[in-house]
Amino acid sequence: MSAASTTVDTARGRPAEAVIGWIRRNAWTLGLIAFFFVLLGFTRVIQPTYGVTGIQGLAISVLPLALAAVAQAVVVIAGGIDLSLGSMMALTSVVAASQMMGKTEEFGVVVVIGVLLLGLLLGAINGSLVVLTRVPDIVVTLAMAYVWAGCALLVLRTPGGGSAKWLRDLVLGSFGNEWIPKAAVVLIVIVAVIWLPIRRSRLGLSLFAIGSNQLAAFRSFVSVGRTKVVAYMLGGLFAALAGLSLTASTGIGTPVPGPYTLLSVAAVVLGGVSLAGGRGGLVGPIVAVMILSLIRTDMTFLNLNTNLATVAQGVILIAVVMFGTLIQLRRERA
Amino acid sequence: MSAAESTPARNPYLTAAGWRLLFRDRPMIPLLVLLGVLVVASEVARPGIVSVGWAGTILRAAVPLAILAGCQTIAMLTGGIDLSVGAVASMSGFLLATLVGGQGLLGGIVIAIVIAALAGLVTGVGVGVFRVHPLIMTLGMSLVVLGLANVWQIVMVQTGGGVPPSLRQLGTGTLFGFIPYTFAVFLPLAALILLGLRRTGYGRMLYAIGDNPVAARLAGARAWQVLIVLYVISAILAAIAGFLISGLTNVASVTLADSYVLPSVAAAVIGGTSIMGGRGGYGGTIVGALILTVISALLTSLGYPEAVRQVLYGAIIVIVAAAYTRVTGET
Repeated sequence: MSAASTTVDTARGRPAEAVIGWIRRNAWTLGLIAFFFVLLGFTRVIQPTYGVTGIQGLAISVLPLALAAVAQAVVVIAGGIDLSLGSMMALTSVVAASQMMGKTEEFGVVVVIGVLLLGLLLGAINGSLVVLTRVPDIVVTLAMAYVWAGCALLVLRTPGGGSAKWLRDLVLGSFGNEWIPKAAVVLIVIVAVIWLPIRRSRLGLSLFAIGSNQLAAFRSFVSVGRTKVVAYMLGGLFAALAGLSLTASTGIGTPVPGPYTLLSVAAVVLGGVSLAGGRGGLVGPIVAVMILSLIRTDMTFLNLNTNLATVAQGVILIAVVMFGTLIQLRRERA
Repeated sequence: MSAAESTPARNPYLTAAGWRLLFRDRPMIPLLVLLGVLVVASEVARPGIVSVGWAGTILRAAVPLAILAGCQTIAMLTGGIDLSVGAVASMSGFLLATLVGGQGLLGGIVIAIVIAALAGLVTGVGVGVFRVHPLIMTLGMSLVVLGLANVWQIVMVQTGGGVPPSLRQLGTGTLFGFIPYTFAVFLPLAALILLGLRRTGYGRMLYAIGDNPVAARLAGARAWQVLIVLYVISAILAAIAGFLISGLTNVASVTLADSYVLPSVAAAVIGGTSIMGGRGGYGGTIVGALILTVISALLTSLGYPEAVRQVLYGAIIVIVAAAYTRVTGET
């Protein structure tokens, strides 16, 4: 799922070169995945009992942040940034929890669909404001973070509400083999169903185009404003899914935004998506979220102060980005 | 480069386009009008509320915000942003509260400022030398500072001393009922930033780098040095704001100033500093901080619940920023 699928044509007919090219284009993501498995092995060494339950816990705890990272990634790829993600998650989560409380299972389906539409609407408002007011994305979404957080408090003043049982069952437990947590399957299905068709379509190309060069995109008959609004709508949709996953995994809705906004930015950057836009994919950020979460787990196993995990996350974030910049600088010089 | 472009000729200001020019060259005018409108609105909403005491409360609350917004202003002039101000400010306030028992007030302040400056140095090296995006660098730095402050909190479980009484007096006291004592700290700082940005070569360098980094480099500006100094200054300002906040609230905790981060960015933006770099100034930022503080006080005095206040606060920031962009015709 890398940025450049346009260069595939040149390597067609020579499978070896095509494979090498694919590996080179996805080097960052593949490296992250390799690092994740090394880290899993390390976890197993320091804590031999880490097994099925550990993986299950990891998948469930990672799900909201992974979806938030996906939401952020889509917006960042299109050249924006959405600092209201955490608040949108809180709002969608409390709407879901308050509406599903004490209702039938069937009504839960209606609520879920409604919440997803709400996510699209929130994203559309964010995107329209960015496009219409021409105020920088950071400022608009920062201000909208207050608005959505306030709305969340209006819906539910204290943590509460409930979740339909089928929604909870959707993320808890395992799927077939006990080593495959349901939460991981849900994540993969959601991302595949929503993102893959878009990525393959004209819209996907437009998203990358407006992210990498707005003027060039405009001159290539891409409707920049409309595409940007769509990017924010997709961000809102994934944020709503993240909010639903919060409700599903905790069983309630919490009106106070969690630390998801800034962590999603960190995950996106670690996942190889350029903050300048136009480059990156969705797999990298998801793997980055899992790595960050696993590091925190390992710190606990090593009996280290968990606050050092926060330090480690910061150091890793800075170090990885520095490393990436250095590679880029050397490549430019060469 | 608003200061450089403001021409002495005033006659063309009489047309509609002239008004726009006036607003662009002197962004303080619409901002001060807005501030006046908000003060009048406060009086209308709650007759009798606008008094000397009210002004004192507003000024007292606006000072730390204005200092933190100063960090954002100088960072934004170079096209950057400093999201680590919250963590650095909280850390400094907390550090001072734990050190004041052993090291004394002055010793605690010096140590806290030195450590904050070290954090700023690391940020500056990351942004300036390694060219990490400022958003990421300061975000990572705030995680590091927050984590280390938490570790320190566990080491110093007994939290020796708490907020020193002299700091509490500085934070809460007022002269003649409306001039807060914190002005003794704020006015010199503000003068330093205002003059520094307008009159010194370093200040002009900040504008130059934000406006056109390539041109600045070709003209011989060493961007990395400028950026390192910038983030050190920003961290020291944040530390000072941290002392004032812990004095104002009589609390010293590692997350004390976190709620100031977003308003500090908003104050700088409302004050007319472009987040893209190269345009703006500290005067507007101070008025921006006052505007935000008055809005927040107005919403509180209207008796709205927290939820409605947050919604209106966010909406007003968007509207002001949008109106500003529309009026000045720039992004």
